[in-house]
Amino acid sequence: MTKAIEAEGLVKRFGATQALAGVDISADRGQVLALLGPNGAGKTTIVRILATLLRPDSGRASVCGYDVRSEGTVVRQLIALTGQYASVDDELTGTENLIMICRLLGMARPAARSRAHQMMEQFGLADAARRAVKTYSGGMRRRLDLAASLLGQPEVLFLDEPTTGLDPRARSQMWDTIRGVVTRGTTVLLTTQYLDEADELADQIAVIDHGVVVASGRPDELKARTGSQTLAVRAADPAHTAQVAAAVAEVTGMRPDVRGDTGLVTTAITDPAMAPAVIRRLDDAGILAAELSLHLPSLDEVFLTLTGQRTEDDGKAA
Amino acid sequence: MTTHMDTPMAMPSTVTAGPPGLAPRNLRRRIGLRQALANGLTLAWRNVMQLKHSPEKLTDVTLMPIIFLVLFLYVFGGVVAGNTHNYLEQLLPGLFGQMALFASMGLGTALCEDIHKGVFDRFRSLPIARSAPLIGAVLGDTVRFCVVMAVLTGFGSALGFRFHAGPASIIAAYVVAYVFYQAMCWISALIGLIAPSPQTVQGIAVTWTMPLVFGSSVLLANTSTMPGWLQAWVKVNPVTDLADTVRALTTGGPVGSHLLLTLVWAAGIMIVAFPLAMRLYLRRV
Repeated sequence: MTKAIEAEGLVKRFGATQALAGVDISADRGQVLALLGPNGAGKTTIVRILATLLRPDSGRASVCGYDVRSEGTVVRQLIALTGQYASVDDELTGTENLIMICRLLGMARPAARSRAHQMMEQFGLADAARRAVKTYSGGMRRRLDLAASLLGQPEVLFLDEPTTGLDPRARSQMWDTIRGVVTRGTTVLLTTQYLDEADELADQIAVIDHGVVVASGRPDELKARTGSQTLAVRAADPAHTAQVAAAVAEVTGMRPDVRGDTGLVTTAITDPAMAPAVIRRLDDAGILAAELSLHLPSLDEVFLTLTGQRTEDDGKAA
Repeated sequence: MTTHMDTPMAMPSTVTAGPPGLAPRNLRRRIGLRQALANGLTLAWRNVMQLKHSPEKLTDVTLMPIIFLVLFLYVFGGVVAGNTHNYLEQLLPGLFGQMALFASMGLGTALCEDIHKGVFDRFRSLPIARSAPLIGAVLGDTVRFCVVMAVLTGFGSALGFRFHAGPASIIAAYVVAYVFYQAMCWISALIGLIAPSPQTVQGIAVTWTMPLVFGSSVLLANTSTMPGWLQAWVKVNPVTDLADTVRALTTGGPVGSHLLLTLVWAAGIMIVAFPLAMRLYLRRV
């Protein structure tokens, strides 16, 4: 069975910037593949190449076995793209946007009209159907965008940062909608900067940094490598930071990351019981902790674990 | 549920893909000319709907004919023709060319803005003719032509302009102006595709339309006092051909070779500008 998405050795350069430096990814049919990475990692470039909007300098990519370069016309019949910036027409109403896409997909006018109304209803946009899209909220706009992408019942759906900039409620609504799409058998490739989003939705995650895949696998495999949680401890007296780091190292068996400016000691842990063990150790030593927390690793911490480097933005600030 | 697969659009030379979960579909290897035209018309409809929602976008084409008619008529009328009435009969047909040229320049800005938004990414990832978004933009701008011509003719009539020709040649005058307008739209599209930002489109458009509009027979300037090179320019300028054609058609005079020259110019411009615009468009972004 051919893969829904397959890319090998994708290279793309924009002037002096190496956007992609040899990317290999693949997704089976019906799977959700998440490309996880910071801004500028090359995620959008990969999506644009797979959606036939951009030609790679070298490398090969195919969708359902059709080459994106030589068989673009066929590929475009199988895919749909929801861009980073909503790819809907601001000046038309929501319904008009959907009618336009239906007509472009070859539907007759009455069929296009009824399909558009049905989708507006289904995506909870019926109340805003007659309003220009520029009056929509961010969440409504993304939903309309997704509705537009689903009109052609695509085999493969590309979602470029589908929830960036959305409030938490709109975000979880979007997740539900995406899950609904997946149950219909559509393969989804989504890009995201959020680890929890990839964790929630994806069957496979490819971590992208500086135009290469630095790690890939199932979410649980990656979490096993990066630690499922992050332990952060800060001594009340900055003079005790080194002792705190030593205590954490002793309990977890790993060398923690120490930030000189804040005195925050962090490390990835797999066993939540390690947190109370650290507290006891500090208590025994008579060290007071001003802060002690357990949380899901941030993207930055994942990168730190996988690549030994902070993400670029953070590196500059530190 | 209706899908695009059961519409009568399937073309020969298809391949099939039968994925799990989703219905098998007929995949087309090529997009035919008929579909290209249908796609173009749908996208032209989009432009017309935009104008319906934001009629203020038609402000320029509504005011331009009024401003230029008043200015030219009362500033130059006495000097050129002795009185404004005689001048109006000659000026208004000449302004067909100027107005068509000015009206076509809105397209470049709109296209440049459109491309910077996400919606063109969607068009480019849909299974539609590659040329459809450009064809749609050009066809959709027919509205601007209709408005500019309606205001020009209507306001001119209020000032005392009358046609002195049969309905057939009056219609012919509008048709020739429209064909010329279409050619200018493709140049405008080219500018919109070359310009780095929508703001720069305006500058480029003004720079190249000014010599065309004013170095022509639109205003009935006296060419005998011009330097030789400028006389030559006025002669070869297609706006001169269009102005003289429309003038002849609306006043009942002899058309001469101007009609043919206008059409040859328009065809030539389209033959060059269309593939060039397509290439730029597909390379863009």
